[in-house]
Amino acid sequence: MTTAVLEVENLSKRFGGFVALDDINLCVAPGERVGLIGPNGSGKSTLVNCLCGTLATQSGRVRFDGQPVDGLSAHQRTRLGMARSFQLPRPFHSMTLADNVRVPLLYAVAARAGARLTAENIEARCAELLGLVGLDAKARRWPRDLTQVEMRKLELARAIAAEPKLLIADEAMAGLSHSEVDDLLGLLVRLNEAGITIIMIEHIMRAVMSFSQRLIVLVSGRKIADGVPQDVLRDPEVERAYLGQ
Amino acid sequence: MRSAIFFILAVAVGAAIFAFCQLINNEYLFFAGYVVLQYVVLATAWNILGGYCGYVNFGTAGFFALGAYCTVAIHKLFPIPLPLNMLIGGLVSGTVGLGTGYLTLRLRGAFFSIATLALAVVVQTLITNWDFVGGARGAYVIRPAHAPLLGSYIEYLFVLQLALAVVAVTAARAIERSRLGYGFATIRDDELAAEASGVPTLRLKLIATTLSGALMGMAGAPLPYYVGYLDPSSGFNLAYAVNSIAMPLVGGTMTWIGPVIGAILLGAIQQIATVTISSAANLLIVGVVLVAFVIIAPNGIVGLIETQLRKNPT
Amino acid sequence: MDLSFELLINAIVSGLLLGAFYAAVTSGISISFGILDIVNIAHPAFIILGSYIAYSVNAAIGLDPILTSIVMLPLFYALGMAVYQIYHVSFERRGQEGLRGLAFFFGLLFITEVGLILWFGVDYRYVNADYIGPTLHIGNVDLPLRMLIPGLVSVLLIVLLQLYLTHTFIGRAIMAVSQDQLALRLMAANPVRIKRIAFGISIATAALAGAFLIVIQPVEPSVGREYIGRVFAVCVLGGMGSLPGTLIAGMLLGIVESFTATFYGPSWSPAVSFGFLLLTLAFRPAGLLGR
Repeated sequence: MTTAVLEVENLSKRFGGFVALDDINLCVAPGERVGLIGPNGSGKSTLVNCLCGTLATQSGRVRFDGQPVDGLSAHQRTRLGMARSFQLPRPFHSMTLADNVRVPLLYAVAARAGARLTAENIEARCAELLGLVGLDAKARRWPRDLTQVEMRKLELARAIAAEPKLLIADEAMAGLSHSEVDDLLGLLVRLNEAGITIIMIEHIMRAVMSFSQRLIVLVSGRKIADGVPQDVLRDPEVERAYLGQ
Repeated sequence: MRSAIFFILAVAVGAAIFAFCQLINNEYLFFAGYVVLQYVVLATAWNILGGYCGYVNFGTAGFFALGAYCTVAIHKLFPIPLPLNMLIGGLVSGTVGLGTGYLTLRLRGAFFSIATLALAVVVQTLITNWDFVGGARGAYVIRPAHAPLLGSYIEYLFVLQLALAVVAVTAARAIERSRLGYGFATIRDDELAAEASGVPTLRLKLIATTLSGALMGMAGAPLPYYVGYLDPSSGFNLAYAVNSIAMPLVGGTMTWIGPVIGAILLGAIQQIATVTISSAANLLIVGVVLVAFVIIAPNGIVGLIETQLRKNPT
Repeated sequence: MDLSFELLINAIVSGLLLGAFYAAVTSGISISFGILDIVNIAHPAFIILGSYIAYSVNAAIGLDPILTSIVMLPLFYALGMAVYQIYHVSFERRGQEGLRGLAFFFGLLFITEVGLILWFGVDYRYVNADYIGPTLHIGNVDLPLRMLIPGLVSVLLIVLLQLYLTHTFIGRAIMAVSQDQLALRLMAANPVRIKRIAFGISIATAALAGAFLIVIQPVEPSVGREYIGRVFAVCVLGGMGSLPGTLIAGMLLGIVESFTATFYGPSWSPAVSFGFLLLTLAFRPAGLLGR
């Protein structure tokens, strides 16, 4: 039996009296394409923050590639192979786009690959990464010169730069045009075929349905469905809580 | 330009400055120059943590005076060569920087800044109550009769501070261009995103705090021999705190040359003002210039120059 | 170290009174830093400014300092609003509160202190009022009026502020602005205007605190800096923005300082508050009644 890439057991998170995540259990197999959907405020981004170490959790266990990661800081988890894009883009404002994607190469990848990364390698890789999302022409520009959509693409490129085993894309397609969505979907599928496990958090149903092998639904901090996308959508509880709105 | 080449160039510039001062042969130049060079080091040191990482240190005086008082304490036991004092001062202040950082850098930047202010006062109170180094009455430190290698003792002090300035500036520039520099910049820009990108933010912040504190301690170590008499109110003078913040902010916080410009400019203005008006007035000038620059020209003189160059590429 | 009961009781009582005063001094920071998240380290400068204004009026026409400060409230309120406006336009809007906003307030602190030195000199200044001399004696306890009156008015100030924050629309909007600016906008309240009012109130409290200060002790320009550690220690320990917490934390600090001064000597006092601050930040940043 292959080790699951991600195992989450009884994960809970409260903010004061407010329960943001309530006893979440899930498993992601290597190479899977998982979609995570749910209404606004259901806890999707909180879940990502807890998985990646940005937020501390009150209870539960998270295992990445068979290794417990509770207590590890966010940068340690990134080095192990978890990467995420932020729902609201957080670029490094004082650096060019090329430098933005250089950072994960210098810190997350270099810690693993060691001497494989030379200065030329890094330059080439930065251009390549920006090219994946169509931003290579703007490599020398600053984040303040980008549109919202372009900032989301940069966000995704930076996550990919960390060469993750598990990539969590948090609403990376918001605001994209029809063809841009297709481009990004194609990119994610290619990454998945190269071996990266992907969790996609999205509101764009078309994208989620075509991409996901498995669909997880989060409502008010609780997981209410987990299975094949067609079956999940037919689940009456899911219809009531999410789709019926 | 590789760092090694820059270092050689910087040493050459330093030697030229020293030769120039010797040519003019006015002792006052060495006295004033020592102060300006000291501020070059303090401003550069402050900027490593403040400008590069975005963490404001209000306690420069604490780290600086700690270096000075290490020298006083050692002098009372067994006088040793001044460069050794500088190393010890650097070690002690660096360790204190590491400790403060470890206690407070997990919190938000604002809390760290307030903690540095608190630290400076605690250190000052401890020293004021430590009679061995003179306590509130202060301590007299008599200069050795002969300066090693050079003519007068003040020239020796000048050279030491000059050497430290060269080292500090070379180090700051080397950091800027290195992997460490990228890491520092991400901490300044967005610490959360930095962590998510694999940057070990706490470790880097501790490095910055330790390095910054150490340089400040080294800059303070020769002070007792410079002034001859040291007491807590002059050692922990608020002027050090405000200058080490004003100089990088006025000069420009993003690169190594900003603090140098700010230190030379503000340092010179203050020396002139102290002599012509009064020392309280010169501090007022620094305060006003700081507030004005922070509001009007947030990227300092370097920023203004860059904006001009972008408008009129010549 | 003479641990007589009388000494002990008096140390506690003066600590409580001092602590109430510290809470009043901190109330402004509880609003600007605890609630609005603005690191106004220049707050003690405004307090000292209040002290010197009270001194000047008292020296000129003999008016009671606390009354002077009440008259000055609208002016300090306006000053606070002006300072916030500059801060907001220059830093908050540009997202540069971290480095430059802090440097701005530090610059203000500095300019105020040096300005006062240039205008008034470094001699200690004090006021004359009927209640500065006499002391009330209840059993073994000495209650100097110059500490009792500011102490009691301080408690009154805290109570009034708390009532304002919890029972008026603007007060509740101020509490809300730190938590959810979007919701505030939906309630048709402009967050910037609310913050401006709040900051104005915060500086207005400095006028009163300044009067209390110069009644309790003579002042000179650098006294303000001693209070930076105290106000932030009390604010953090009190739970950042909780006025009741501020009162309790203030009294705690007051008692510890009082004990230290009585049994070890006053030269250690600055270390007490700043040491308090360091320990709180290191071990319990959420404060006693943490938020």
